[in-house]
Amino acid sequence: MAMTSEPSGSSFRLSMLIYDTRYRSITIQILFLFLFMAGFAWLVDNTLANLAQKGKDINFGFLGSRAGYDINQMLVNYTNDSSHARAWIVGLLNTLVLAVAACASATVIGVIAGVLRLSKSWIVSKIMTVYVEIFRNVPLLLWIIVIFAVLTEITPAPNAFRGENPTSSMFFFDSVAITNRGTYLPGALFDRSLGDINLGIVSVSTNYIVLIALIIASIWGYRALQRKAGVVQEATGVRPVTWWKSALILIAPTLIALLAMGFHLEYPELKGFNFQGGSYLRNSFIAMWLALTLYTGAFIAENVRAGILAISKGQTEAAFALGLRPNRTMNLVILPQALRVIIPPLISQYLNITKNTSLAIAVGYMDLRATLGGITLNQTGRELECMLLLMMTYLIVSLMISGAMNVYNNSVKLKER
Amino acid sequence: MNKTVFFGAMTAAVTLVAGAASATVLDEVKARGELNCGVSTGVNGFSAPDSAGEWQGFDVAVCRAVAAAVLGDPKKVKFVTTTGQTRFTALASGEIDMLARNTTWTLSRDADLKFTFAGVNYYDGQGFMINKAMGVSSAKELDGSTVCIQTGTTTELNLADYFKANNMTYEPVPIETNAEAQQQYLAGACDVYTTDASGLAATRATFADPENHALLPEIISKEPLGPLVAHGDDQWADIVRWTMNALVAAEELGITSANIEELSKGTANPEVDRMLGSSEDDLGAMFGLDKQWAKRAIAANGNYGEIFAANIGESTPIGLARGLNALWTQGGLQYSPPFR
Ligand SMILES: N[C@@H](CCC(=O)N[C@@H](CS)C(=O)NCC(=O)O)C(=O)O
Repeated sequence: MAMTSEPSGSSFRLSMLIYDTRYRSITIQILFLFLFMAGFAWLVDNTLANLAQKGKDINFGFLGSRAGYDINQMLVNYTNDSSHARAWIVGLLNTLVLAVAACASATVIGVIAGVLRLSKSWIVSKIMTVYVEIFRNVPLLLWIIVIFAVLTEITPAPNAFRGENPTSSMFFFDSVAITNRGTYLPGALFDRSLGDINLGIVSVSTNYIVLIALIIASIWGYRALQRKAGVVQEATGVRPVTWWKSALILIAPTLIALLAMGFHLEYPELKGFNFQGGSYLRNSFIAMWLALTLYTGAFIAENVRAGILAISKGQTEAAFALGLRPNRTMNLVILPQALRVIIPPLISQYLNITKNTSLAIAVGYMDLRATLGGITLNQTGRELECMLLLMMTYLIVSLMISGAMNVYNNSVKLKER
Repeated sequence: MNKTVFFGAMTAAVTLVAGAASATVLDEVKARGELNCGVSTGVNGFSAPDSAGEWQGFDVAVCRAVAAAVLGDPKKVKFVTTTGQTRFTALASGEIDMLARNTTWTLSRDADLKFTFAGVNYYDGQGFMINKAMGVSSAKELDGSTVCIQTGTTTELNLADYFKANNMTYEPVPIETNAEAQQQYLAGACDVYTTDASGLAATRATFADPENHALLPEIISKEPLGPLVAHGDDQWADIVRWTMNALVAAEELGITSANIEELSKGTANPEVDRMLGSSEDDLGAMFGLDKQWAKRAIAANGNYGEIFAANIGESTPIGLARGLNALWTQGGLQYSPPFR
């Protein structure tokens, strides 16, 4: 018996690939890999053969040719003379702006709703339950369309602001106009502007660069001041009075720069068909933003609640025993530990938001799907190319988001020492 | 398995599949017993279901005529709704056999998207519609306006060109379907709606207050609208083309749905006899149809003039004049090559 069970090594028979447990799993894996690759090759080959039969090739040359259509919301320079590649970038940036705005606001809403759902107040926790259940259980597309329809149907057209006795009026001392096209807000204007730096695709306002640089420098100066005060306190036991110096360092440089550049607010004004001046948030953007925020916020609320519930009650009791008040207990003891449970599912919610922005087509928000995957695809007839580029773009964006979030996750996760 | 053998087998299989798929469209339609015809999601007068759920309209009539010619029954049509964005994919993929959806004949659609236009059933141009209360009387006054525009259309490109050429700016509101455009326009979310002038007239006719909306005098483009098929099956393209020609020729020759039975018993005009299949000549056999194909196509909805009058003509709420779409003998552009 002992002799036969000993692998001899010298006599290998083909049947051993199937009957010998040492080889069987490898055989099966190789077989599956081969079948998978063959299936993939068949798909590619079939696509190419069918394209060839229709007289079509795969060619990305159209990206360099003139787009010919206009886009309403653009963060970089674009006209209808720009290339399809530029339209792709415009769409990508519109997607990213929406995704970033929605991720930020959904997190805020989600954390608040998640914490409040555990509130001891019956009313508050029930209201939050209703919010979560309503938004989680109705498809996102419906929310987008409902919000957009409400925005277009119940708000007045710009025309209603016209004439001697307008039927609608602006809010906040005539600075904000809410219309069925979008919301017009005051914008910043510089009388003695420093001009723009033209980088080809984008022109950046020098004014803002200067302001941001000043604010960063101020914060750095403030930190240095606090550190010095700390050193003095260590040495002498008395903390020098710094509040007026801090205030000066934090506020003065920016204020002086604003005055020097002649900063003032520009109010939107009804001129011709539309309001002009100030800044403008289109209803398509607002509808997408609100819908994504409320919808994903409901999911994040559940993640937050689960995270908090995962921290054992003993932690709270211990914190109370140490004399911590309930909200300090939450901020100092519970949330930091709960974050470890909350962050991994939060990553997938961020990815969901990013991918769900592609529903923007429903309300005519010009995102990636509407530019590259919509008008460009349709006008050039390059379905396969556009879809491949579109998938690649979403893939890269998603990988970047999960990469960044994983770095953050590693920094807060339980470090075992 | 040997790799080359494997790929050899693979290629053979693909060719087999491709071979099976390359039966002619005519055979496929006959085998299916139904014509898949792509139409709009709803433009009153051109293609829209009526209160009984039956598709009606100027474009629908083309589908019905082709079904009558090929299958012998104008009812054997499956209407597939397409938007400006989905229509070409539907046609290229074979989901529909032909597309009759207010589609403009352009060089790139012909040569680059690889479609064959079977002719022009409506010579049109792009116009603008605006509420009369806005006090605008010319498209040149539209600087700074918000414009509703269907995406994936020629009209979207013309719009960009027109405003650029006239040094004006506008805010495009991209829209998927005509119904959506109508809702946005009526809510005042856009000042102007622009598309083919025929489409504007058709849309306006469905408003509660059509008299308050004006079409501006400028027509900014040429939009020859017609049915199309995919490249690669000339026989099928010929069938659709000559079905359309039969409708126009019938108007010219005075063949109407009222007198067609009478005329098909034989007339003094050999061309009428050839068309209606009452002489020795068998024109239908030349593209795989029978002798009576044209007779059935005309009998389905009447000749071109009858179809025009019934769906979009001056006695309908849409009220379009024949204009460019009159017969060539009456100063228009509708002209059929000879049936010979
Ligand atoms: N003729 C233009 C525009 C065609 C078009 O989209 N027309 C509109 C208005 S007439 C339409 O048919 N809409 C139908 C729908 O929304 O389904 C083209 O071929 O690109």
